[in-house]
Amino acid sequence: MPLLTIRNLSVTFATAQGPFRAVDKVDVDVNPGEILAIVGESGSGKSVSMLAVMGLLPWTATVTADEMTFDGRDLRALSGPARRRIVGNQLAMIFQEPMSSLNPCFTVGFQIREALKKHTDMDKAARQARCVELFEMVGIPAPERRLKAFPHQLSGGMNQRVMIAMAIACKPRLLIADEPTTALDVTIQAQILDLLTALQQETGMGLILITHDMGVVAETAERVAVQYAGQKVEDQEVQALFDTPHHPYTAALLAALPERATERRLPTIPGVVPGQHDRPAGCLFSPRCRYADDVCRGTEPPVQPDALGRARCHYPLHAPQEAQA
Amino acid sequence: MLKFFLSRLATFVPTFIGVTLISFAFIRVLPGDPIVVMAGERGVSAERYEELRSQYGFDQPLWVQFWEYFTGVLQGDLGESFITNRPVWDEFFSLFPATMELSIVAIIIATALGLPAGVIAAVNRGKFFDRALMSTALIGYSMPIFWWALLLIIVFSGNLGWTPVSGRIGLLYYFDDVTGFMLIDSLLSGQKGAFTSAVSHLILPSIVLATIPLAVIARQTRSAMLEVLSEDYIRTARAKGLSPGRVNGLHALRNAMIPVITVIGLSVGTLLAGAILTETIFSWPGIGKWMVDSIFRRDYPVVQGGLLMIAVIVMIVNLTVDLLYGLINPKIRKR
Amino acid sequence: MADASAQTGKQMIGTRPSRLRDFWNSFRENRGAVIGLYVFLAFLLVAVFAPLIAPYSPSAQFRDAILQPPVWQDGGTWQFALGTDAVGRDMLSRLIHGARFSFFVGIVVVVVAVTGGVIIGLIAGFAPSWLDALIMRLMDIILAFPSLLLALVLVAVLGPTLLNAMIAIALVLQPHYVRLTRASVMSERSKDYVTASRVAGAGRLRLMFITVLPNCLAPIIVQAALSFSTAILDAAALGFLGMGAQPPTPEWGTMLADAREFVLRAWWVVTFPGIAILVTVLAINLMGDGLRDALDPKLKRS
Repeated sequence: MPLLTIRNLSVTFATAQGPFRAVDKVDVDVNPGEILAIVGESGSGKSVSMLAVMGLLPWTATVTADEMTFDGRDLRALSGPARRRIVGNQLAMIFQEPMSSLNPCFTVGFQIREALKKHTDMDKAARQARCVELFEMVGIPAPERRLKAFPHQLSGGMNQRVMIAMAIACKPRLLIADEPTTALDVTIQAQILDLLTALQQETGMGLILITHDMGVVAETAERVAVQYAGQKVEDQEVQALFDTPHHPYTAALLAALPERATERRLPTIPGVVPGQHDRPAGCLFSPRCRYADDVCRGTEPPVQPDALGRARCHYPLHAPQEAQA
Repeated sequence: MLKFFLSRLATFVPTFIGVTLISFAFIRVLPGDPIVVMAGERGVSAERYEELRSQYGFDQPLWVQFWEYFTGVLQGDLGESFITNRPVWDEFFSLFPATMELSIVAIIIATALGLPAGVIAAVNRGKFFDRALMSTALIGYSMPIFWWALLLIIVFSGNLGWTPVSGRIGLLYYFDDVTGFMLIDSLLSGQKGAFTSAVSHLILPSIVLATIPLAVIARQTRSAMLEVLSEDYIRTARAKGLSPGRVNGLHALRNAMIPVITVIGLSVGTLLAGAILTETIFSWPGIGKWMVDSIFRRDYPVVQGGLLMIAVIVMIVNLTVDLLYGLINPKIRKR
Repeated sequence: MADASAQTGKQMIGTRPSRLRDFWNSFRENRGAVIGLYVFLAFLLVAVFAPLIAPYSPSAQFRDAILQPPVWQDGGTWQFALGTDAVGRDMLSRLIHGARFSFFVGIVVVVVAVTGGVIIGLIAGFAPSWLDALIMRLMDIILAFPSLLLALVLVAVLGPTLLNAMIAIALVLQPHYVRLTRASVMSERSKDYVTASRVAGAGRLRLMFITVLPNCLAPIIVQAALSFSTAILDAAALGFLGMGAQPPTPEWGTMLADAREFVLRAWWVVTFPGIAILVTVLAINLMGDGLRDALDPKLKRS
């Protein structure tokens, strides 16, 4: 049974300039113990869809989905208290900005013990012991002393380790990591990614890694979902995706990787992700796509079958000959 | 923390000297001869004028006058009232408890109502309750309190006859000052009905005085809460599955309190300004009424001394708030 | 305006509404602010056309109609719709003329305080640190006095007239603008566009007034709206204490002071000037709140 199943998820924000659809008909599947990477540029709606799963969107957002189940439970039907028993417990999330994601008024130890107090029936001593154990797991030296520190006394990398310790405190079945390394130094980035994959292997939890970095994807993920302007445009195993991308956007992203560059100048994707006021008709990627024709610009593309990476494209790349015929 | 304390103290000293200089300058430098004013309509003979000038030291160079004034201030000597001939220092401290009692009660009312109102409004942002509360707060904030006082007198003292119009306590009661706070002294005196009388005298003035700080605190708490509620760490707290009560009441309020404490502290200045109007209208025998009366009587040493003392009190309160701010904000406390 | 317009240009790509339009849209969204704007405009019209609107001269005394109640009470007539005061002057006419004084006070105080405050604040923001420290200490000193008390003493020394009251109020409001301007100058000064302008060879004055100042205006405009109401309130308070406009000037605060002894006898002489002050101040504050929400993108709904 899959751990997380989402069908047709859409999220719309009410803004002063009218409604804005940040996530558009997205499907997500994660199996227990699997690492899924969700890739896309800024503004592609990858964080928003996961915040919707967590129930953390502001009141201006409207969430609709045909299905949204975690571990067999329908997240849409849960009451507030019932949802809060799952969130932070079996379903945990860490965020992009470790420095601002921890409350400056409380010690990091307090903030972790608080999660333990809410979701477990450990006593005070057990909670303290668990905190020390967690800090050792995430590689924070001198745990007893660090537990008494305030977030601003720790570095960004340390704070992200604290966030991870807090997220895995109650042994979640699924951990969502929203660009966990973007705000960190390059050397620390690799450490945090290694830590996340190691913890994932140790505990057997599912891991969703939201990132815009294809390099990160290649190193860590098992399966990749590519998002563009709120839509999922492709979904494949990581090796297959790198070998035979089916959506032109994926192909362009991969071509922009320095490791794959064949020419002297690094290829780029012209233009920017469409915003609220300039959404094209038809395929959302058509203004930036080198293969686009009038069909692409006029008609919304279909979702291709599994064999073609569920690409949302009229003319998927690397299609077997018989499929094109 | 010690460094923070010392840096605050370092700005306190020059400001204190400046405040002394200004209250000194007001009377000596600006146009208008204090002795002529003091003599009033009867006028003064030339010999007597010179005599008075040297008596008050007005014949000395300005910087000598200031130096003498300043060293006097440091020893608690603010001169003597032209009218009563009592030391300004003594007059100030015999009236100050009345103002303090009124201000403390007002700030308690303002905080006890304003803080919860702001939190509730922020949490229910955009809903009916928020809009009703914030409209009321804006009306309070825009209120000309001298008119508000008259209106309350018309309704509660005139039409309903519930509260007295002026003073601190009924004429029937007499007892010695112990603390200077009428509420406490009336209890200590043991006289029947004295405490009730003190309360009924205090109620309208303190409501009037609390009005603007109440509105300011409610508005500031709301906006501080709204700002904090959009912070990343609130999302983290919610991601832990904490209840809304804990997220809002602990994680958000603790951070929102930092600016709100500052606002409460800063409203002491507003409060003392408000006390001038409130005390005048309710004939409350505190320093506000004393200052206004002295201004009209051209009792310059009193105006000068009172101005200085009030400024120093505001500065001390601000310094305390700054230090308190350091205490509740761990970013400053633990460096 | 080169820097500011370059920014606007960037935002106008596509069909995104222009800045002014955007501002008006978010201002209009706030119903209270729009009501405040209309009331303020009405107040403005009354102030401008007071002699035409008012039925009588504000100082005309009708000796046979002393303390006549308003029209809806027993003894009231349409001749004096809001009643008359203790010497038989028409309340309505006095209130209408009072609008002129309040508006005048607001305008003068805001113009004087903003001009002085912004210039001093800009100087402090660009000055060497010793001058900056000196200016800010001086502002600290002024702010240590409760504003109404300082204004009261200033007026007592200068002499109790409306003009002196305005000077005093402008003086005590000014430090707020100095602090505000300096704070935004400080935060703007380190930004890249200022460095770019400096590298391009802009002189100090150009940097101060043309590059940096337009980007600091939003909080100053909001504060100006709020000071307008503070000025009206403080001027009325000074008038009430007898240290502002002197009788028989139909200034609202002074009218209230005259009415004090009739508090328990003739409610209308007390009530109406106060309502006039409250409604005007409330309207301006509503407008100020709307301005703040529309100009401060941080508080805008996203």
